Amino acid sequence: MRPKRSREPFFWAMFSGGGMLAALFLPALVLVLWFAPPSYPELVGKVDHSLVKLALFGLIMLSLFHWGHRFRYTLYDGLQLSHLYGLIATICYGGATALTFLAGYLLWTFP
Amino acid sequence: MVQVGVAAVGQTVNRINPKYQLYHPKWYRKDYPIFWWLEKFAYGKFIVREMTSLAVGYTAVLLMFQLWVLSRGQETYQRFLGFLESTPVMIFHGVVLAFLLFHSVTWFNLAPKALVLRLGRWRVPNALVLSGHYAAWLAATALVIWLVAR
Amino acid sequence: MAESITLQIQRYRPEEEEEPVWQSFEVPRHDEWMVLDGLNYIKDNLDGSLSYRWACRMGVCGSCGMLVNGEPVLTCATYLSELGGGRGPVRIEPLTGFPVIRDLVGDIGDFITKLQRIKPWIIRQEDKPLSQGEYLQTPEELALYQQYSMCINCMLCYSACPIYALEPDFIGPAVIALAQRYNLDPRDEGSEERGDVLSQHAGIWACTFVGECSAVCPKHVDPAGAIQRYKVTATAEWFKSVLLPWGKR
Repeated sequence: MRPKRSREPFFWAMFSGGGMLAALFLPALVLVLWFAPPSYPELVGKVDHSLVKLALFGLIMLSLFHWGHRFRYTLYDGLQLSHLYGLIATICYGGATALTFLAGYLLWTFP
Repeated sequence: MVQVGVAAVGQTVNRINPKYQLYHPKWYRKDYPIFWWLEKFAYGKFIVREMTSLAVGYTAVLLMFQLWVLSRGQETYQRFLGFLESTPVMIFHGVVLAFLLFHSVTWFNLAPKALVLRLGRWRVPNALVLSGHYAAWLAATALVIWLVAR
Repeated sequence: MAESITLQIQRYRPEEEEEPVWQSFEVPRHDEWMVLDGLNYIKDNLDGSLSYRWACRMGVCGSCGMLVNGEPVLTCATYLSELGGGRGPVRIEPLTGFPVIRDLVGDIGDFITKLQRIKPWIIRQEDKPLSQGEYLQTPEELALYQQYSMCINCMLCYSACPIYALEPDFIGPAVIALAQRYNLDPRDEGSEERGDVLSQHAGIWACTFVGECSAVCPKHVDPAGAIQRYKVTATAEWFKSVLLPWGKR
């Protein structure tokens, strides 16, 4: 009987995808949306496009899972909480999943 | 027992560990410090790199909030802009941006370790994988600025 | 006597003390002396009871690894004169992560057990008969794994790895690099067997890429790179097995 392999590859793929998208896009987005924010009509017009919404959904979802996965390990190793393995995994991935649904809802009903 | 043992080894011993039993090995195990990442510069850099995930998570959540604010209408969006312009928030977002930049740089710098690209028998050199990532970063930044500011 | 340098050595003699203590020795300072030469001087001239491991004194056997001024190094390849501006004192401790048996000698049984688990040898589904000759290999095929074959099992990477110290089940950097040495060898057919061990949490997934294993490696094996590469491989395999369940696992 072969040992069961872990599901870690799925979460690692989400972590990696999120890490890549966050590294590529987040600094620029923070600059233009928070430090030099466009006016209301401009921004609404730009977000209200199905391709932009899809891209934002992908970026937000993967960024959330990037956080969930990396922070989970920070808690295990940085604070030596690996005895709370299941609880921490549930909070981190559960939180990322819940927020992903919320992001989907916000984008679906936008504006 | 201890005395006999030590005498048998033929040594003069000043301090004697009363808990030691002859021929029963007694390993010493050192506790690993809780704040181990303060012990070495490289470990500290590592933990800062890992903490960038908080900046990534915060940015994702505030972007979601910004979407919600936008869908609430112009007045709410103006209030949100006021929040963004307040000094403490500006400073905080400066720190967030610094962490995001640190994430980008460390992420791209480590990428060639995981990515081994081969084109036929030719292995793409690490320097090329690395510069490819930075070129993509430049392109992505330009794309975002063009999309939002055009 | 010529110039001297102070070595502060962590002593642990379980029949004498419950906790390790520091002991200082003055040894001659020669430009060409390695840390190991200083230890041998102590053993031969000052205190014959000092315990430590060494064999080849030329960076091949991998047995003389210790913490010198807090850094895991091969003591046979570290100049005394280059430490602390050449004036000392030089602090010498056993490698982190391994229980101390005596003085500078750690118990490495855990590493050896883990090494065996990944079957560090060439596995063939069917051996070809001797009459058909040896398994030939081109230089390109050798280049695929040669870097990982340079590992001398010195365990400096284990000492540098905080994850190994925190999670004793973690199989560790050198063992994963050595698994990759065989996985990437075109003559080998055992990568699936090794995958069963490597793809566990205590295999590659406990690693968070601190990267210090590669920084301290005296043979430039780059175990951190080996682990990240295997994460990519394992992830691709996992998606294949989920998306194409009818195919070969």
